[in-house]
Amino acid sequence: MSTNLDKDALPQPGDAATDGPTPLLELRDLHVYYGAIEALKGVSLTVPHGQVVALLGANGAGKSTTLKAASGMLRPRTGDVLLRGERVDGIKSHELVRFGIGHVPEGRRVFARMTILENLKMGAYRLRRPDPTDLERVFTLFPVLAERRKQIAGTLSGGEQQMLAIGRALMGKPDLLLLDEPSMGLAPLIVQQIFEILREINEQGTTLLLVEQNASQALRLADYGYVLETGAVVMSDQADALLSDPRVRAAYLGEAVE
Amino acid sequence: MSLEVTAGKTPSAARLRKQSWYQRPRFKRLVAMVVTAVVMAQVTGVQGVRNDLFYALEENFTGTGIWIWLGIFLAIWAVREFFQDWARQALARVKAAAAPLPEDGTAKAAPGGLAGQVRRVADGGRRLSTLFRGHRAYQAGGLGALLLVLIMLPLMVSTFWQQVMVDQIGMFLLIAIGLNVVVGWAGMLDLGFIAFFAIGAYSAAFWTGGLPVEPPVELNNFLVVPIAVLTCLIAGVLLGAPTLRLRGDYLAIVTLGFHEIVYLTAKNWTEFTGGTRGANSDRFSLDLGFWSYEWGLDPAPYYWLQLAFIIGVLFLFLRLEHSRVGRAWTAIREDEVAAASTGVDTVRFKLLAFAIGASTSGIAGVIYASKLGFINSEMFLVLMSVLVLSYVVFGGMGSIPGVLLGTAILVWLPEYLRDTVDAQDRYMYLGGLLVVMMIYRPQGLWPSRRRQRELRMSQEGTGSADALGAQPGGAQG
Repeated sequence: MSTNLDKDALPQPGDAATDGPTPLLELRDLHVYYGAIEALKGVSLTVPHGQVVALLGANGAGKSTTLKAASGMLRPRTGDVLLRGERVDGIKSHELVRFGIGHVPEGRRVFARMTILENLKMGAYRLRRPDPTDLERVFTLFPVLAERRKQIAGTLSGGEQQMLAIGRALMGKPDLLLLDEPSMGLAPLIVQQIFEILREINEQGTTLLLVEQNASQALRLADYGYVLETGAVVMSDQADALLSDPRVRAAYLGEAVE
Repeated sequence: MSLEVTAGKTPSAARLRKQSWYQRPRFKRLVAMVVTAVVMAQVTGVQGVRNDLFYALEENFTGTGIWIWLGIFLAIWAVREFFQDWARQALARVKAAAAPLPEDGTAKAAPGGLAGQVRRVADGGRRLSTLFRGHRAYQAGGLGALLLVLIMLPLMVSTFWQQVMVDQIGMFLLIAIGLNVVVGWAGMLDLGFIAFFAIGAYSAAFWTGGLPVEPPVELNNFLVVPIAVLTCLIAGVLLGAPTLRLRGDYLAIVTLGFHEIVYLTAKNWTEFTGGTRGANSDRFSLDLGFWSYEWGLDPAPYYWLQLAFIIGVLFLFLRLEHSRVGRAWTAIREDEVAAASTGVDTVRFKLLAFAIGASTSGIAGVIYASKLGFINSEMFLVLMSVLVLSYVVFGGMGSIPGVLLGTAILVWLPEYLRDTVDAQDRYMYLGGLLVVMMIYRPQGLWPSRRRQRELRMSQEGTGSADALGAQPGGAQG
């Protein structure tokens, strides 16, 4: 894909230490258990610098579990999580934030009783000296938030809360943004808007790993996609290839099987 | 058969919507006013006697007192119900008169009469408030004046009130400031907070040689304060570390258990603590070589000492509230997962809240033990923990001025009632006040802006008011 080449040519924030073939994030043979239940049965995936990778699958396929393992919220029983070629599994999520991983948790989880501005300032918590241009950047990406910076986050609509959650994660200057179902419970028009903004964020140099139910939107944004089923990767390909794959179309895009 | 009958019957909507006359808000308010009048008549009326159980009730409900109170409260109700529009208009007129003159209206001089008076007063108030807001010097002056009043306070009251201020108000203020960190800022429900106070007091007794066991070195009380604070910090971490995964009710039970452990240790380990027979503690003394002073039986010097400690603690805690630490606590209270995802080390900050909160109890414990010169295990009942918690909630969780005010009022009230009602009944009125307060003003006397917002949002259904963050399952996710 030509767009990939363009993106690779851009200066990447995390590029100094590693360049070339080392991917930004790599999961190797992850096994995660909830008690006796094996939620992930050996998931491996790669997220190259500057790209958008989508994780697709039905409810209970292990998408969110994979993301939680990557963000340090869950500890895999076996398997490695590598960030820029360095093992980071077992590091707590609040520590991983300092390695440049931004996490937009499932269900948005904005600080409902703080204002938008306070939420965003909380997002820059890891930075000793917050950069005022970050705030400008978020407000440029999400003009809605700029208009209402004094409004209490809990009174925002679902879409605005999702935007705030993404904005908050961006305030920590992440190289890699993990998004857990940004389209959850949102109207199609808002979903489209949010995916537009995600594309813009990616074009500005942030790598995205995206968990989605909305396969068509996700694959149109993504460069590469993985399909999970009952805790294992069953399919992975370039996003446009997946988008035209009849099995994917049947299972996730609601088309009749021939 | 019967299933069909119930399924087929639709309840009458009209019947469900119907509101009986006694359910109307106007009548409810009338009942509230009558009840208040009766209570006031009882509070201000004669006291009961032992040999005639209903003497007080009879006297108070047949005399003129009850009619006076009923008259007052019914008048309030009537004004509220029937003259509301009139009162509102009058208020609007006063407001209009008091409003600042428009910029271009300078030609229009202040009107004469009552309206002019109101305007002059309002203008004066505005000038004064801008003066205070605009100039640091005036702010400092105001604070200085307040401080002066606080310093002079013991000289203006009787010895009894001096004792109350030192032994109760001052001591509970220190403890409540600490509990506010745990409950108000970090959002963890602690029912065993007095345990730290006990640890502080016993530290004081131990290091000044009051306990049955000999300390390695006998220390001056001023040196014991940092040691007691350190001991309480360590105890806070010891309590916090195993309980961090718990939240809400579960944490409350654990802290209750912690309190019982500390209390029973103090009570039963007589070889070390003296148990219920108690132990002695030294008084504060200062020896600078050229000048020495010993705090004696007079409460006033203790008051000044305590005031100094409280001001120091307040200075530190007010700074803490708006620091990175304070913001981390707020984030944890709001949403632990989101806090972690923005890089807040939730475990560390919760431990820190426990430890820092416990530290002020250490100071309070040392001062208390030293002031009384004697401690025993019965001073640290679990009731005290509950009382302190109610002071914090009453004043306004998370708001330092609120906590100070709430503690001062709730500690003062039973002592004040000592002269007006039967001594045994004092806490009944305190309980009544708490119930009324929680129904009509749950955010507390002087709530923090954030807490007020939380309650408003929960009424609107957009958030949870439970700042203590109880989540089903008890363990964090």
